[in-house]
Amino acid sequence: MSSVHIRDVRKSFGGFEVLHGVTIPIDDGEFVVLVGPSGCGKSTLLRMLAGLENITSGTISIGERVVNNVQPKERDIAMVFQNYALYPHMTVADNMGFSLKLRGARPEDIKKGVARAAEILALTPLLDRYPRQLSGGQRQRVAMGRAIVRDPQVFLFDEPLSNLDAKLRVAMRTEIKELHQRLKTTTVYVTHDQIEAMTMADKIVVMHDGIVEQMGSPLDLYDKPDNQFVAGFIGSPAMNFLNGHLKANGQAYVETDNGAKLPLATAPAASDGRPVVYGVRPEHLELAGDGIEAEVVVVEPTGSETQIVARIGSQDIIAVFRDRHDVNPGEKIHLRPRASAAHLFDKDNGRRI
Amino acid sequence: MSTVQTSLPAGAVASGEPSWWSRLQTNRNFIALWFMLPAAAFLILFLAYPLGLGVWMSFTDEKIGRTGIFVGLENYEWLWDDAIFWLAVFNTLLYTIVASAIKFAIGLYLALLLNRRMPFKAIIRAIVLIPFIVPTVLSAIAFWWIYDAQFSIISWSLIKLGIINHNIDFLGDTNWARASVIIANIWRGVPFVAITLLAGLQTVSPSLYEAATLDGATNWQRFRYITYPLLTPIIAVVMTFSVLFTFTDFQLIWALTRGGPVNATHLMATLSYQRGIISGRLGEGAAIATAMIPFLLAAIAISWFGMQRRKWQQGSDQ
Repeated sequence: MSSVHIRDVRKSFGGFEVLHGVTIPIDDGEFVVLVGPSGCGKSTLLRMLAGLENITSGTISIGERVVNNVQPKERDIAMVFQNYALYPHMTVADNMGFSLKLRGARPEDIKKGVARAAEILALTPLLDRYPRQLSGGQRQRVAMGRAIVRDPQVFLFDEPLSNLDAKLRVAMRTEIKELHQRLKTTTVYVTHDQIEAMTMADKIVVMHDGIVEQMGSPLDLYDKPDNQFVAGFIGSPAMNFLNGHLKANGQAYVETDNGAKLPLATAPAASDGRPVVYGVRPEHLELAGDGIEAEVVVVEPTGSETQIVARIGSQDIIAVFRDRHDVNPGEKIHLRPRASAAHLFDKDNGRRI
Repeated sequence: MSTVQTSLPAGAVASGEPSWWSRLQTNRNFIALWFMLPAAAFLILFLAYPLGLGVWMSFTDEKIGRTGIFVGLENYEWLWDDAIFWLAVFNTLLYTIVASAIKFAIGLYLALLLNRRMPFKAIIRAIVLIPFIVPTVLSAIAFWWIYDAQFSIISWSLIKLGIINHNIDFLGDTNWARASVIIANIWRGVPFVAITLLAGLQTVSPSLYEAATLDGATNWQRFRYITYPLLTPIIAVVMTFSVLFTFTDFQLIWALTRGGPVNATHLMATLSYQRGIISGRLGEGAAIATAMIPFLLAAIAISWFGMQRRKWQQGSDQ
């Protein structure tokens, strides 16, 4: 196990820079999730950490050692690929033992190492099978087994669950997290799924267009997003954004373009009349007689909760209720944002106010 | 067919069942038969019939201008004692084995090279295909000049370099002639092997190489443990074709040496042509051609076993 330090790392393909100076400290044993929309550079960063891509500038160190010019196999890392990258012509046991074999380990040691990893992942009955004979979830576990066998300093996961169906994804999510709690190996996990990030991470790094937008614990990011991008990315359904102007005289509130008044708990340090974006999460809206009038567009019951898409003026807003309300499309409802849970962002640069 | 009445008694429904003719019309096998018929007719007319005729002819003493009578195995008995026939068998095996082995080695090397990231990749791949698309006789004529006893560019270059002082008689000396035709065959055959293996290489997911790199594999180990095993099914296919093409080669030899000097480059195909068409002894020529069949079947059998789906390729449970 080792800490990892990514310092001011940049990456260019040809003349095109895709990572613009990324710095991420990762503690020993920490589970860090890099999350962001596709094309944000998260996978590239992971591949640079693995040694599959060159580092244009900046340094990456694993433990005390700067690994910029260290061969992938010398970095003591193991990676789980999105498509698992299992060798199709090798049995599960051979797949898992391949790295030990290349290292020149004795056959009985390979067998022992494979057996131990197989035990951890409940793969023992499958050791003689070929990848083709396995289900998606089993393949996923073999890919992890291959990583565990090597007992590396750092585990790297590149969107490992995106090829699984929804139910299995949830199960594997738990399994990976449990595995981490057991092995306590430093882990860097890349995903575009913010739910995976929220549920698994010790620390989330939100990336966007080659920069780090924010990093912190899952609940920090949920409660105090630094900017509108993070606010919109973390949380599902996504946060509602309403454009308006700040009214800071007396009890502060935000007035939308069509005159609705959105409450604020505290007066922000910003001037009266400033154009702002008012953010409120769907779960922080409640039905109240004195709320903003909205027309119901769609009602989506999921059983445990009900999502209501409603229209205020020309803007759609999503509200989520644990209670069941008898509302139908076309009806008028009154929604009141919980003032203490409201977020305020600068209209121009999206920063939190 | 559809009926509005849905509440008929059970007995009455039977009369509404489709007739055997309309059932036949929707039978997939029946339709498939009709779709296959044109192709089957072509194959029977242009492949099976001539092949059968050839085999039959080998049991007759047919000559050009005279219908033969059945003579049993007489043609084969005659060939059994014919030293030139056995020389042709030896030449054919030598030609096939040496040329195929070298075509495989060079083809695989080229395929691995072309599979890398490199500038002008598409153009280079197209250039590699040139020997394959030039008409055989045209390239044979080019080789003929290259191997010419007086004007050979190879001899000329080597003399200029001071390595030799006489022209090499490429097509006049027994061993030089054999080597020369083999080299010409390799030149023509490499693109097929290279491009087919390249297609095979491109089906190997790059992430397997990345995984192997992280597992600590060197270049050689990546080839030995990933590329080669994953490529074996395609190697089996491409080498079967390569062996069949080489074994039955005719054009190149006929354009370059006509089997000479002193029958040193006669292959079974060229000997068959010479005896059957030029000398007019159709029965004997057909017997030589028919004698190729066991060799070809053996080659197919070997690769058939080689091509059998390996266990890892099977999708279902054990």
